[in-house]
Formats: sequence, structure tokens, C-alpha cells
Amino acid sequence: MSDTFDAIADIIAETCNIERDTITPESHSIDDLGIDSLDFLDVTFAIDKKFGIKMPVEAWMKEVNEGRASTEDYFIMANLAAKIDELRAAKA
Amino acid sequence: MRLEYFQLIDRIETMDAQGGTIVCRATIPTESTVFEGHFPGHPLMPGVLLLECMAQTGGHMILARNNYDKMAFLAQADRAKFRSFIVPGDVLDVHSKLTHEGSGYAVCEARILKDGKTVADAEIRYRVLPFPSPELREKMLEFVRSVGHTGVA
Repeated sequence: MSDTFDAIADIIAETCNIERDTITPESHSIDDLGIDSLDFLDVTFAIDKKFGIKMPVEAWMKEVNEGRASTEDYFIMANLAAKIDELRAAKA
Repeated sequence: MRLEYFQLIDRIETMDAQGGTIVCRATIPTESTVFEGHFPGHPLMPGVLLLECMAQTGGHMILARNNYDKMAFLAQADRAKFRSFIVPGDVLDVHSKLTHEGSGYAVCEARILKDGKTVADAEIRYRVLPFPSPELREKMLEFVRSVGHTGVA
């Protein structure tokens, strides 16, 4: 598991009061972990701050709503970690 | 301040939308039905309305940063502190500073000063979304013009 996955799993566990052990790379952050929109805003803020990035959640949701992506592409934990790594690499 | 219409600021004193700062003036009305209940014989500005006052102040700056194409909705308040009683007739300077702007949300540190002394402060988070209706956008623009922001045509 990547450091990024561990970091965001720690953030979600703390922010959303979810048992850390239940968060796996295969977990869907919304469907499986039940993170609601306000908690997701909290999680996004914490991730933005930790990695010095701006997660483009609006653009992701637009793609999902227009059928150009699925929620799994962005909200399965392993995929979310990979997207965050891409954003960190682009920033470096 | 028009408490009954939820207009918690009177005017924008200074605003640097790009720099993410704003100061608004808010004068507590001397009379309001709010004070008949809060509290009988001991009128105090409710803390929840002071929080709204801080939220509206930062909200105006966020609207300006987004060229009045998006609305800021109060989503969360953290570490809200109400340090002094605020009474009818008090004149307040409400400061807000953008501390983070994310995708679809924004975070501000806000504080209220009375006679130069901090009387309330909070971290406030907003969802920043396209206006859900043209009527709301027009009403907001109307209000912004009325409170002295000259940057709105």
C-alpha cells in the first residue's frame, strides 16, 4: 500500500470517525465508507492541506455527471490515492 | 443590519477580493423582535447571529472572487467563540480572511471587533456552487450594490 493511501485513510478515519482497519484500497469512499458530502468536504480540505494540492473535485463530479467517468474512478481508495499522486507529481 | 431579513451587515468597508480579505460594518439595531425573546429584559445579540454575520462577511468576498457567478453557502463553523456580550446599538467591524480555496469550497478565518477588541471569532467553511437560480443571483447583486461594493455593475 502506498504512503498516500495510508495518509488519506488516516485522514478519513479521523475526520469521519471510521475504524482505520475497515478502510482498504478497495473501499469506495462514498458507497462503502458512507462518507457524506460534508465529511467529504472536510476530507478534501485535510488532503489539500496535507499535500499542498487542490483536488479538482468539481471537475471529477462533472465528468461523472456527464457519464465520462464513474465514481469508482475517483472514489475507490486506491484510485483516489493514485489521482492524488498525479496531482503531487504535477505540482513538483 | 436588518435582522428580520437576515441582512447581518450594513456595508462593505474594504475588500481585496484577490488578496482574500474583507472588512464589513455591522450595527446592531436598537430595537428588534429578536431581543424580545433573547432575552426579555436583557437584550443580547444571539451568538448564532454573530456567526451568521461573520459568514456573510466572508461570503461577500468569496462571491467577488468568483465574479458573482457562484454563491457561498455556509457549510461548517469551527472554533466559534463569543467572547463578549453584544447589545443593541453596538457597532461592529467584521473581518474575514480567506485561508484556503479548494474545488467547490472555501475556508475563512473571521473575527468581529468592537472598539478594536475581538469579541467573536471562528473558522468558517463554505460550499461554493453555481447560483441555483437567476433570481437569487440578482437579489445578491442588488444587496451587494446596496452595501457599497463599487465593483459590481
